[in-house]
Amino acid sequence: MTMSKARKLKFEIFRYNPEDPASKPRMETFELQETPFMSLFIALNKLREEQDPSLQFDFVCRSAVCGSCGMMVNGRPALACKTLTAQLESTIRLHPLPAFRLVGDLSVDTGSWFRGMTERVQGWIDEKAPFDPNAQEERMDDELAQAIYERERCIECGCCVASCAVANTRPAFVAPAGLNRVARFMMDPRDRRKTGDWFEVFASDEGVFGCLGLMACQDVCPKELPLREVYAYLRRKALTGVLSRKAKPV
Amino acid sequence: MKITDVLVIGAGLAGERCAIEAAAAGHSVLILSLVPPRRSHSCAAQGGMQAALGNCAKAEGDNPDVHFLDTVRGSDWGADQEVARIFADNAPIAVRELAHFGVPWTRVRPGKNRYHIKGEQVEIDEPADKAGLIMHRDFGGTAKWRACYAAAGTGHATLYAVDSQVVRLGIDVLDRMEAIALIHDGERCHGAVVRCLRTGRLDTVLARATVIATGGYGRIYGGYTSNAVINEGTGAALALDTGIVPLGNMEAVQFHPTGLWPAGILVTEGCRGDGGYLLNAAGDRFLVELEPEKQELASRDVVSRHMMNEILAGRGVDSANGPHLWLDLRHLGEEHLTTRLREIYEICRDFLGITPWQELVPVRPTQHYSMGGVRVNKDGQAYGLSGLFAVGEAACWDMHGFNRLGGNSLAETIVAGRVVGMSIADFVARGGPGPEAALAASALAAQQARITALAARPAGGRTLYQVRDEMGEIMMNRLGVFRTGDEIETAVADLQHLLREVSTMGLRSSSPGLNPELTYALRLPGMLKLALATALGALARKESRGAHYRTDYPQRDDAEWLKRTLARWQPGAEAPDLSYEPVGLLDLPPGHRGYGASGHVDLPVTLEEYNQGVASAQAAQGCLETKEPIGARLRPGAWRGAFSAPS
Repeated sequence: MTMSKARKLKFEIFRYNPEDPASKPRMETFELQETPFMSLFIALNKLREEQDPSLQFDFVCRSAVCGSCGMMVNGRPALACKTLTAQLESTIRLHPLPAFRLVGDLSVDTGSWFRGMTERVQGWIDEKAPFDPNAQEERMDDELAQAIYERERCIECGCCVASCAVANTRPAFVAPAGLNRVARFMMDPRDRRKTGDWFEVFASDEGVFGCLGLMACQDVCPKELPLREVYAYLRRKALTGVLSRKAKPV
Repeated sequence: MKITDVLVIGAGLAGERCAIEAAAAGHSVLILSLVPPRRSHSCAAQGGMQAALGNCAKAEGDNPDVHFLDTVRGSDWGADQEVARIFADNAPIAVRELAHFGVPWTRVRPGKNRYHIKGEQVEIDEPADKAGLIMHRDFGGTAKWRACYAAAGTGHATLYAVDSQVVRLGIDVLDRMEAIALIHDGERCHGAVVRCLRTGRLDTVLARATVIATGGYGRIYGGYTSNAVINEGTGAALALDTGIVPLGNMEAVQFHPTGLWPAGILVTEGCRGDGGYLLNAAGDRFLVELEPEKQELASRDVVSRHMMNEILAGRGVDSANGPHLWLDLRHLGEEHLTTRLREIYEICRDFLGITPWQELVPVRPTQHYSMGGVRVNKDGQAYGLSGLFAVGEAACWDMHGFNRLGGNSLAETIVAGRVVGMSIADFVARGGPGPEAALAASALAAQQARITALAARPAGGRTLYQVRDEMGEIMMNRLGVFRTGDEIETAVADLQHLLREVSTMGLRSSSPGLNPELTYALRLPGMLKLALATALGALARKESRGAHYRTDYPQRDDAEWLKRTLARWQPGAEAPDLSYEPVGLLDLPPGHRGYGASGHVDLPVTLEEYNQGVASAQAAQGCLETKEPIGARLRPGAWRGAFSAPS
């Protein structure tokens, strides 16, 4: 983490303001003196505060838990808050995440995308009975609770979507985050839906069968979600879903 | 112009839980959020949510009475005890409801479990009949293990579960939308003027009920806070700008003992609850001697003061960024740190390159929570302005008084969301005069004029961000863990100077659309006003209570100060007007908290005498009529049968 000597960093940043008719998409270059433990959060704020007040980018928690600051760092999707400049060459290229609508400069509209995805995959608990305020909670094995939490850890940063060749070319694809979400609710015993109820959402080429298996999603996921396991789980479920359908008396 | 029954400003846990309640009652609801809802600061809460379910062995005998006792003691008797009662009674229901919404709570594992308690590894048998129920972890200032948790991602898991219900109910959320002024006629609130954070365009939203749910204002401490960058107190500033609605107890600012140093990112109290401990430069566990009973798990204000004393006495660890202390998690082991404290492991690794089962974690107290906020009655309705509500950290509902216990904020969001949501549904159902379009037009014009005037000012001189940084230095250095009258006086003068300075500052950028500099220019004066309300409240309060510690007045003085500060800001004034109201009806009589230094000046009257004047004194301050009379939910004396908390 410690640096041998202070570097001068060169930032090449994508610029475009859709609200300004005079604005054209372009790259702009900035220079900044590197400081110890400098993250892209620190660097971008310094650039905006000291050099160009119009620069647009998103941060919220600045501690890698909210998912706001996904962007392309040297061509690779990453969370800017936890990307330390010391990990990078002295020239740093920043672009907005592809596959999302651009808001301006490095800022993209992940909110609409994820709300749409949640609506599409019905990413909520469809509970078996109404809530009874006087009843004890339904019991759950801690192992299972941990397994659900493991799927739940997605922070909707969009890095997996941006890295996905299919999601970039086919907007209908529910993308890694969507598939992970389906798996999360499918494995939750509090949800009354059967595998077959999810069938159209995930067992098609807009779902898990659209995945080319390139696995860039797992490579770039800042929370290290085991997406390969998710797809295997869904494919297994798809198969047993088909078999159980066929086994039904006609 | 948009029209809705209920406008909720803020899409964190409190705002969304409130919105669900109003929508489930059949009202149209519109939520505004600076960022997509799941980015709200609620998602960053790590440790847990207090609810007296009494499920694990160390929670045996827990119930809402004990939770009530802990909360009032923790507040240093600054809490409204009826609200603390409503909270403690409803927390188990609200937490179980979250299980129903799908939160993957950590569950009780029957049989032998290993824990770390006060530095010792112990084995405890978890009862077989509680297997699979919601598990608890230990938190500071509580008599029982009570914090329900989902690994170290409780906020994330609960926010996602609640937001999924918002989506399921089809509630509209306008993200990247900021409310910049309330629309009101001096008696009733009719909605807000809003600014789109994608395009910069202004619009109005008319509503029968408007809810401020914008979280805390920790960013008035600049970078010295664990708060997210969006916690700039936009909602509290809106209320203050009405000149009618007071803010309560702004001087009550919580410092969290373990901010990662120097990044300022929070390391959950769950680390200490699970057995982590603090060390000074010599490697001594200084809290063992200073707080023999509770050690690392004394209340946050107490631990923070001991830490600062340790640093001031020269026993801190020297570093390039200034002295700090160590949090030792090594003995918890890799498995525990990568499962039940996984987020902490990731933060240590990503931001400092530290492996917490091998290395010590540098920590220092950091600004963390705003006990103060928009003063509301027990139904969540703001003082003085009918139809305006506030909920969560943005509100001073006042169950936290002068020190919030860990795990009580997350629990407050969902309990208050339910309670206040119901009272909003009721308020809307009762109808009353509808929103007036003419008011919207004039409010919109006034905001447009404000922006035009801002844009016309000449640029030059210091930047907004330099002013912000100076504000942060003033707040941390003079309104931090320790305060004295002299220092606060200079802070007030300096903050007033900054407020005058920003009123003449121009913008360097004229970029059309969002214009991040303009966005900040609209917020900064409000932040300075919140800072001034904090400073002046602290200057006037000549005692020490909870997190407000005056070295020149180290005693808690119930004879003079068993009251809540109210700050109102008249249009054009240089400073807020301060006034006071009694903290609320008393049930648990003021006494020693069971940790921290003892010593206080007693209440000179009996509880009965004190309680007699409360309702009328609060009504005189603008407290609106509540659904049930004041005190109706208090259950006086019920706590007497409870296990007595920290001895």
